[in-house]
Amino acid sequence: MMTSHNTRLPIARLLNEWQALGALALAVVAIASLPLMAADAATPYGATETGFILAPVIVAALACFVTSSPVTLAAILFIGAHGAAWLLLSGLAGNEGKATLAFAALIMAAWLLAWRCVTALSAIHTASKPADKLLRLLIPAIFGAWLLILWEAFTRGAGVPFILLPPPSAIAARLVTSIPVLFDDVRQTIFKAVIAGYAIGCGAGFVTAILADRVTFLRRGLLPIGNLMSALPMIGVAPIMVMWFGFDWQSKAAVVTIITFFPMLVNTVAGLAATGPMERDLMRSYASDYGQTLVKLRLPAAMPFIFNALKINSTLALIGAIVAEFFGTPIVGMGFRISTEIGRMNVDMVWAEVAVAALAGSVFYGVIALIERTTTFWHPSNRGG
Amino acid sequence: MGSLSEMPVADTSTRPAPPARDDQTFSVVSARDLSLTFDTNDGPVHALSHVDLDVKRGDFVSFIGPSGCGKTTFLRVIADLEQATSGQISVNGMTPEEARKARSYGYVFQAPALYPWRTIEKNIALPLEIMNYTASERQARIKRTLDLVNLADFGKKYPWQLSGGMQQRASIARALAFDADLLLMDEPFGALDEIVRDHLNEQLLKLWQETQKTICFVTHSIPEAVYLSTRIVVMSPRPGRVTDVIESTLPKERPLDIRETPEFLEIAHRVREGLRAGHSYDE
Repeated sequence: MMTSHNTRLPIARLLNEWQALGALALAVVAIASLPLMAADAATPYGATETGFILAPVIVAALACFVTSSPVTLAAILFIGAHGAAWLLLSGLAGNEGKATLAFAALIMAAWLLAWRCVTALSAIHTASKPADKLLRLLIPAIFGAWLLILWEAFTRGAGVPFILLPPPSAIAARLVTSIPVLFDDVRQTIFKAVIAGYAIGCGAGFVTAILADRVTFLRRGLLPIGNLMSALPMIGVAPIMVMWFGFDWQSKAAVVTIITFFPMLVNTVAGLAATGPMERDLMRSYASDYGQTLVKLRLPAAMPFIFNALKINSTLALIGAIVAEFFGTPIVGMGFRISTEIGRMNVDMVWAEVAVAALAGSVFYGVIALIERTTTFWHPSNRGG
Repeated sequence: MGSLSEMPVADTSTRPAPPARDDQTFSVVSARDLSLTFDTNDGPVHALSHVDLDVKRGDFVSFIGPSGCGKTTFLRVIADLEQATSGQISVNGMTPEEARKARSYGYVFQAPALYPWRTIEKNIALPLEIMNYTASERQARIKRTLDLVNLADFGKKYPWQLSGGMQQRASIARALAFDADLLLMDEPFGALDEIVRDHLNEQLLKLWQETQKTICFVTHSIPEAVYLSTRIVVMSPRPGRVTDVIESTLPKERPLDIRETPEFLEIAHRVREGLRAGHSYDE
């Protein structure tokens, strides 16, 4: 890969480094349109500070044309891009809404360099397992970090009203100062309502699927009713459940139960039918009874389907519990917090709650995906790893 | 290795007609005027029509014929995976259903049908678990059958980590693991290449001699049928019926190059003639 790189035509090599070329062009634009802050800014950048920001961008961009080792290049780009971005963002304090074209050009240049850094990192082939693992974490981390950097630079540099889109730094600050409140909300919504509803809903769906598989009249009668349940609007069911089970988490668990029941039911029924005729004939040739065939053939074969339902339900359950809290709840819970804080214009708190929900949902999903990988390792879709 | 031949004796008491079991003339499979008709949307299909056939103890019987001649259907009727429409059939002196419930046969399918979530060892243990063998007995039988099919080093592997030939050998080991003295094989090597197939044919013959099982073997390869069998049943389609039964005159010891001897070629010629006759009858 690298040897062919060096034998390429100079023009092709040049175009191959389009991120570096773009970064250089943006640096030129930035120099032409200095200063970085509008004239009425409270604490504008000095000439030396501006130089300190320009230098790493230009050095890192030029390094792309002279460095052939991807490791060295990635290191230079990483320091250059993130150093410049850090200096730019830290200079914003007190100067909100005063950023000029030069500021925007420089942050875009740093972003292009970070992009080039990620491509350099992806080109690294390492034999060592921990290094490989680190790389696989580093690449998405840089991606995510730049989402936040651009968001921060845009909202604070352009002075976007706080109520429309607060900068991530404000959300993070709010998150840190509200940890006890957020923890109480998570305990109420996730540890009580979601976990209980998820367990009952998935368990009931699974058991019903087995019963429907065993008993013909249940299959004919229950599956259409299961279909009907899946069509029930959550918004309509939630207030009814509050009437039935009270304001506390039990009514939310009931909503979660209802919405997780059906995906588990259909997926398990489909999974139980997923065995081939040859596998079933094999069990028949052993004179295997219903229970043995179920445990030794049909349930293992259904596992990929069941895990699909568990994954779908993990996100459905969280959404269901949060939305259900809009219809009456004690003064705690993620849905309750979102609905009241938005009414009080505390958008940073709403965002903090959304961030926690996203994190919790990802962890929930990730744990199930991890269990899936270890139990259905044999499935063609999991064998690669 | 030879110890496997003693296995069938172990549960004699559970089956009817014990005196006949040691008799070389005992019919393991006996079909009289057997017919099977499938009702399809295009009208009835006569998969088997008036089949009379006896398979003696220790026989290696091949069923050969073009597709649609009912050879697989006949095997499935023996295994109680399909039910005859009319006529009689007995397996080990019982109805096919009783024979299946007495676990009197091992069935090897066209594909290995190994369960991907079980290792090769665990796949072989599957029938043993279902039939409630003790753990130590299971271990002993897994080892013995893995040795028998030359897979001793692969017990801990998963099926998808092995080649097609190895997978089919594992499925044969699975069919041999329990005490069935009848082995039903439905084109077990059909999906494998010629060289692997030759090798497995040789191993199968050796295995048959070591275990003294009765084998019913479906194939559409003439050399395979002639090389393996003591008797070759030639079948023809529409309706599926037996057109010829050829007794092999080849000795029990059969090296692979026996396939170039005049004797072998003569039997192969007769099989081909039988297949052609059955075909011209129809078209």
